[in-house]
Amino acid sequence: MKLDDHQKAMLAGAEGPARQYAMEQILKVGRFFDAEDCVPISQVHLMADPEALGPSGVDFLEGLARLPLAERRVRVPAITDPRGVDFNAYKRLGQTDAMADLERRATAAFEALGFMMTNTCINYQSVIPPVLGEHIAFGDTGSSIYANSVLGARTNFEGGPSALAAALTGCTPRYGYHLDRHRRGQTHFEVTSRPRDLAEWGALGGLVGRAMRSYWEVPVLSGISGPVTSDEIKQFGAALGSFGSTPFFHMIGITPEAPDLKAVFDGPVPAATTLGRAEIDRLMASYRPKDDKLDVVVFAAPQLSLFEMQTLAGHLDGRHIHKDVALLVTTSPDIKAAADRMGFTASIEGAGGMVLSGVCFYQMYARDIGEANGWKRLMSNSAKLVNILGGYGYEPILDSMSACIESAVAGRIVGAAS
Amino acid sequence: MSTAPRIYKGHPGPGVKVTGEALVASDNFSARYDLDLVKGIVSRPAHKLAGQSYVGKILILNIAKGGVASAWMLRDMVQSGRTPRALILNFANPIMAQGAAFADLPLIDRFDIDITQAIRSGETVTVDPQAGTLTVGR
Repeated sequence: MKLDDHQKAMLAGAEGPARQYAMEQILKVGRFFDAEDCVPISQVHLMADPEALGPSGVDFLEGLARLPLAERRVRVPAITDPRGVDFNAYKRLGQTDAMADLERRATAAFEALGFMMTNTCINYQSVIPPVLGEHIAFGDTGSSIYANSVLGARTNFEGGPSALAAALTGCTPRYGYHLDRHRRGQTHFEVTSRPRDLAEWGALGGLVGRAMRSYWEVPVLSGISGPVTSDEIKQFGAALGSFGSTPFFHMIGITPEAPDLKAVFDGPVPAATTLGRAEIDRLMASYRPKDDKLDVVVFAAPQLSLFEMQTLAGHLDGRHIHKDVALLVTTSPDIKAAADRMGFTASIEGAGGMVLSGVCFYQMYARDIGEANGWKRLMSNSAKLVNILGGYGYEPILDSMSACIESAVAGRIVGAAS
Repeated sequence: MSTAPRIYKGHPGPGVKVTGEALVASDNFSARYDLDLVKGIVSRPAHKLAGQSYVGKILILNIAKGGVASAWMLRDMVQSGRTPRALILNFANPIMAQGAAFADLPLIDRFDIDITQAIRSGETVTVDPQAGTLTVGR
């Protein structure tokens, strides 16, 4: 892999151990994917919640944070994905002081490195959306797939250690979705029935994700007419990235690199697999429980946008969530502040819900808080969330936002899926 | 009874040469979604290895699936000692490669055959990441 003189100097340790670590990480990953060189990147989005970091990860970060200022500061704007602890809520959720302590230490280390603690996975909606052709290093499956596909920016899934390396050097190995040749369509799906709500957009993403055989397989969706909203395509992409492994898709007539089918495929357009009402219904039904018991309703994964907060507040205003059911909402600190100012938080919390800031449900010790609160039966309109939580000891149910809310109020599962 | 060793060639990866007992399934792999890192077992109920310990094993699975957290988690797994000895996949994704690089966990992928069909659970396998080879038998 070719390095320029500056990169070679960083690798040799001339700018301290943090940048040396970063270049070593870049080189190991670049060689694994046969990258020819590094590509400069303009911004970094880092996933590093305390549960993922673990004590050893936090120790590692603190080691970097103790270095002299010039050796430890990031070289491009660098922001963070949701954290694991909302300090205003962690005790009520049954999180421990050990979790909170790890969170405090990780946050202090990131601040010392120069990270901006945005604590959001919807940075493409709420911070700085990248633009067509911009090379970036994004570290959340949902933010990566949205930036790549919907905005036409270029990133691989940059897990924490590599996103950190990109922030410390301003570059990343040039492989995968930085290259034109990997952005060509491979597998064709024709959507015959437009999803009716956010849960169904997620279900559609789940169906495509399940069909993906590797990181490199690029799905192409045709048949979706008319505009798609940011929140709809956000749910679709987040589910696709969670059920599958791919960080990129084309949606014909909707995403910027896919004006028509001929433009995205090399050679003849392959025959399409049909995805419609029956397939969406089947995926939703696969999360249908045997009885109507309900413990907790969660709106998260991705964090809610301002528009979703407004819709949710409209549903909950003046209503009362059943005493035996908890309702949690996660959003970014910036959207939370806006929701506070606009009265959305008051409507949700007035009904008995909790609005959590700067966290996301599956990144906040979901297994532990489920056990601490006796939560097993969980309902959400996020296909990504229900997919993840199956491995965390929950019995998750996927349904629309309105069905989730009616169920939270009734204290049992009601609505389309009951 | 000795038989000729079987050698499988994949793409070189991070980590040092190790030998151990294979734990194999044709399922996919995500550290965050599929594993109980405290107990050291596969926890996703639908996974073919559900309930089995991966600690000290040469873990051989199909493809790496979603979950960027794995990039951090592999190092914590290695340092806690509750770790597979090596990770062998038909197709790693960048997250697994980044995590293995950060953890110095041996990783090889991209064989010219389906590696989950070539090796059986319980076989003794030597993993040489620098060469990109798996050797079964001596």
